[in-house]
Amino acid sequence: MSIIETNKLNLWYGTFQALIDVNLAVAQNKITALIGPSGCGKSTLLRVFNRMNDLIEGVRLAGSVKVRGAEILGDGTDLIALRKKVGMVFQRPNPFPLSIYENVVYALRIHGIRDKQKLDAAAEKALSSVLLWDELKDNLGANALTLSLEQQQRLCIARLLAVTPEVVLMDEPCSTLDPLATMRIEELMIELKKRYSIVIVTHNMQQAARISDDCGYMLLGELVELGETKRIFTAPRDQRTEDYITGRFG
Amino acid sequence: MDARQKEKIAALALLLITLFVVTPVVLIFILVLVRGLPALTPEFLLAMPRDGMRAGGIWPAIVGTIYLTLGTALFSIPLGILAAIYLNEYAQRNWLTRVIELAIINLAGVPSIVYGLFGLGLFVTFLNMGASILAGSLTLAIMTLPVIITATREALGAVPRSFREVSFSLGASRWQTVRHVVLPNSIPGIITGAILGLSRAAGETAPILFTVAAFYLPRLPKSVYDQAMVLPYHIYVLSTQVPNVSVKIQYGTVLVLVGMVFIMNILASWLRARLRKRKTW
Repeated sequence: MSIIETNKLNLWYGTFQALIDVNLAVAQNKITALIGPSGCGKSTLLRVFNRMNDLIEGVRLAGSVKVRGAEILGDGTDLIALRKKVGMVFQRPNPFPLSIYENVVYALRIHGIRDKQKLDAAAEKALSSVLLWDELKDNLGANALTLSLEQQQRLCIARLLAVTPEVVLMDEPCSTLDPLATMRIEELMIELKKRYSIVIVTHNMQQAARISDDCGYMLLGELVELGETKRIFTAPRDQRTEDYITGRFG
Repeated sequence: MDARQKEKIAALALLLITLFVVTPVVLIFILVLVRGLPALTPEFLLAMPRDGMRAGGIWPAIVGTIYLTLGTALFSIPLGILAAIYLNEYAQRNWLTRVIELAIINLAGVPSIVYGLFGLGLFVTFLNMGASILAGSLTLAIMTLPVIITATREALGAVPRSFREVSFSLGASRWQTVRHVVLPNSIPGIITGAILGLSRAAGETAPILFTVAAFYLPRLPKSVYDQAMVLPYHIYVLSTQVPNVSVKIQYGTVLVLVGMVFIMNILASWLRARLRKRKTW
């Protein structure tokens, strides 16, 4: 079953068309990877799913995007509810300059939870799911910026999980990490897909091949091909996909 | 002459010019300190003026200046911060925003005597406040607003975009993001700017001339509708309007005003230094 479905999705930045007739389906509890060269529109597409493009002036959208069957384009969408359901992990780890604890409970506080016990429980649960709890449980008051980059990125994922989203969008989440840290974050993603549906944008084709169940190849704003990762990497149907994954281009 | 020699000459010349530029400030400080310090007795600071301001103290002028600065802060800081939040966090890039920004830039360039006359017309006469601390504070507040708005916008702008993005992505509204992420990370910068703006206002003479300043009022103001003696105007009066005032009293008064402004500026610099140390992103 698809948790996100786009139908003839088009997006313009001013007069520049960044997405062209994108039809994409994201399967539940799977990792869907979007690959393609820089500027192909994969990050733009990702940011449609939680309407982060709204922050950019001059963006225009046409078509349909449904999350769990509900249309999310249009002015009537409750963005707060949408973003609680569809969370995002960014390219650079970006914890707030607050304590580890305050980072994790930030969104809960925003959404009106005051009960200390609830906050504590949520913090422990979120930090445990990203395997940081044992490491940091005695040090929750420390400034989050003192952590290593990998820990920071894990913390950012924990901060997001505390909101209990259904979909986790990841925009090149490992691009600032070293190979070992990347590997550990990838293991975490595979663990997380049991409970969440993940869409990841990545520059790294090996990464897409390693972790994703489905894979979409984008080029110049078009979703050229979408399918099971194994199939995409072994038997691409489109010549352009083949050119890219065999390294003839990109 | 080779590049190294030229470099030495350039460095030396720049140093000399810079020293020349700061000479007036240093001279003012030395002069005011040397001549004013002997006047600084507890009586001078804490007593009422006597003999047509030729003797006694300057207590009412000190109190008046403090009241006026506080009044200015009360009006200009909240308004300035809120306007800056609107312009920086909410406003779309359209003609209205551009007009507002242009107006603020021009507001900063209006001569202070014009603010004085504006305050006289609007607050003192039209709104019937009379020459009063209220009217003077409001006039100085309007003059200080552009400084506070600009400083606040800079402080808000220094908060990384990514903080806002994350906050939105976690389902926070714009206002929640401002309140919980943007403001806490820009408060020190805002305070620094506000203090610098206020310290300028504290030393202004023209805007208070018609709106609050009393020539000679040897008692403390009882309400915001009272006139008050204020240090900058008092200095003007002592040096031009009252014959036979001892030089000591004149310099002493100047020293007190300069000292007050100086303390505010030091406070602002100290805050800024602390902010730099704390900021790790």
